[in-house]
Amino acid sequence: MSALSARIAGIGWWSDGLPDWAAARAFASTGALPADAPAKPAPTLLAPNERRRAPPSVLVALEVALAACGDAGIAPDALPSVFTSTHGDLGITDYMCATLAAAPAEVSPTKFHNSVHNAAAGYWTIGAGCMRTATAISAHRASFAEGLVEAMVQLATDADAVLLVGYDTCASGLLGTVTRSEGLLGAALVLTREGGGPRLSARFDDDEAAAGSGPLAAHAQGNAMAPMLPLFDALAAGAAAVALHAGPGRRLLLDIDHG
Amino acid sequence: MPPLAIRAFSATTALGRGVGAQAAALEARRGGLRRNDFGPAPLETWIGRVDGLEDAPLPDALAGWDCRNNRLAWLALQQDGLPAAVEALVARHGADRIALVVGTSTSSIGASEEGYARAQVDARGQPCFPPELQRPIVHTPHSLGDFLQHATGLRGPCVTVATACSSSAKVFAQAARLIGAGVVDAALVGGVDTLCGSVLFGFNALGLVSPEPCRPFDLARNGLSLGEAGGFALLERADEGDAGLQLRGYGESSDAHHMSAPHPEGLGASLAMRDALARAGIEAAQVGYLNLHGTSTPANDAIEARAVAGLFPDSLHAGSSKGWTGHTLGAAGIVESVFALIALRDGLLPGTLNSTTPDPDCGPQIRFDNARGDIAYAMNNSFGFGGNNCSLVFGRGAAA
Repeated sequence: MSALSARIAGIGWWSDGLPDWAAARAFASTGALPADAPAKPAPTLLAPNERRRAPPSVLVALEVALAACGDAGIAPDALPSVFTSTHGDLGITDYMCATLAAAPAEVSPTKFHNSVHNAAAGYWTIGAGCMRTATAISAHRASFAEGLVEAMVQLATDADAVLLVGYDTCASGLLGTVTRSEGLLGAALVLTREGGGPRLSARFDDDEAAAGSGPLAAHAQGNAMAPMLPLFDALAAGAAAVALHAGPGRRLLLDIDHG
Repeated sequence: MPPLAIRAFSATTALGRGVGAQAAALEARRGGLRRNDFGPAPLETWIGRVDGLEDAPLPDALAGWDCRNNRLAWLALQQDGLPAAVEALVARHGADRIALVVGTSTSSIGASEEGYARAQVDARGQPCFPPELQRPIVHTPHSLGDFLQHATGLRGPCVTVATACSSSAKVFAQAARLIGAGVVDAALVGGVDTLCGSVLFGFNALGLVSPEPCRPFDLARNGLSLGEAGGFALLERADEGDAGLQLRGYGESSDAHHMSAPHPEGLGASLAMRDALARAGIEAAQVGYLNLHGTSTPANDAIEARAVAGLFPDSLHAGSSKGWTGHTLGAAGIVESVFALIALRDGLLPGTLNSTTPDPDCGPQIRFDNARGDIAYAMNNSFGFGGNNCSLVFGRGAAA
């Protein structure tokens, strides 16, 4: 295949203990955790009452998306977006299943419309006033790699710049006995065809990607979106290449030219 | 966009298995809705249920993915020569050059619901799923894509798109981009959604479920009928002089308005339709048939009818097929694309079932009766929660 390429114009990050990309980068180089990290994201794109009601998946996705747009200096309403998440909001799935088992007629209409996999994408486009295309995908452990590929093929075909957001939440309730995911983790990239920032090129090959061994991979390894972490360790460390899991026996090879 | 050949297509719905069953029921105006008989305490509504799934377990080698949604995926995949067509594309390009992009709204959440309903207590006294449901893959959205990847042996990019009711329309756009960017040469696209408590009680909580068979665009419409379905299409870069059915354009947009209510002026819907027409390089007047989203909710149909009237001439034949199949949610995009392909191939232009008195918002484009006509282009609209919109344009190679 012809290699896909993109510039990384902006980065957003949120994990438990590391509330932004600057903190994550500092942690990756020094191991230092900020003393005053907030317990949960509070994206300013949502009005305070919406922020109180929004599920963690929406909070983290909007937080990192807005940070990446700010870092890139691109208005949020200008960007098509790709939201990728292994499981969507696990707390809402637990709520839906538990309520259906106990009292199906009592399902909350708000929780139901928040249960769609594209809830974060929907709140993002509403909050940003963005009428561009937004998608929401899942590809199990390859969710981030497939999201990155979709963002890069949008650059190759339809768009000059695109927002990619990857996130997963904490498993809870009975669902948590079969589905493993800990903490809250999100990261976002604004990718552009031209301009500054590290240049990324990507291609698939046949092999298993190694599990991440960097500081960020270790920090958030329990979260279902952890397969994206080797890329963020590579970005923090200025590494020239990294591979991401891209399905059974497949990996996405990424070359990074930090310029 | 460069045209993409459609090498095979199929749908399995409450109307039956495969394209023949769909076309026959559309032509005879024979609907597939029945009184809700799904689950232990069925709501007062009508559903489009696919018969036989309970008695159709997956083959032993795929038993790890067994659940209602993957059973329907498997059943739909066996129709209309799809396995042979996939095999032919693999022989031509190699399995790693074919993408698998499939849409769903709730995937196999029905299995998770069952795990809660039949919860047990483990040896430590903790609640747990019954042992046969302790399979993590059926409790995650990619259950569908992962199952199909193993069922088909395809090794290209494998993605489950989950943007609610636009999911399996957007798969055409994503596949077209993957082919356009040279990542793959072909793609198996499709969508599968099955009835489950989440959607029946969830849409009911929003006050969107009708107690009667749905009546899209009727003045007295009072909500939707839910359905289940699966379908697929095989896309490949079109050859020079290819005269078969083709994907000619896609358009995508966001309403940026509300999570579960459409934009009051249908701005997102109009944007998606205009984007699809522009990518196809055609005028609205060249479209012969439009399969509407047409859910039969009061809001959707009025807004969609006005958006259509604002864009298309009176001569357009537009209809909603939800009265035949119910709203099949994440499968609606593929099912209704198959109906658009039937219209192109056979000249059968379905109207709208169960509806008698048009809402005054309906322009002359909204048709209740079936018609026949040789058309050059057919379109499909699919709109979802979160204000997520997708329109598709299909044509024939000879029309180029």
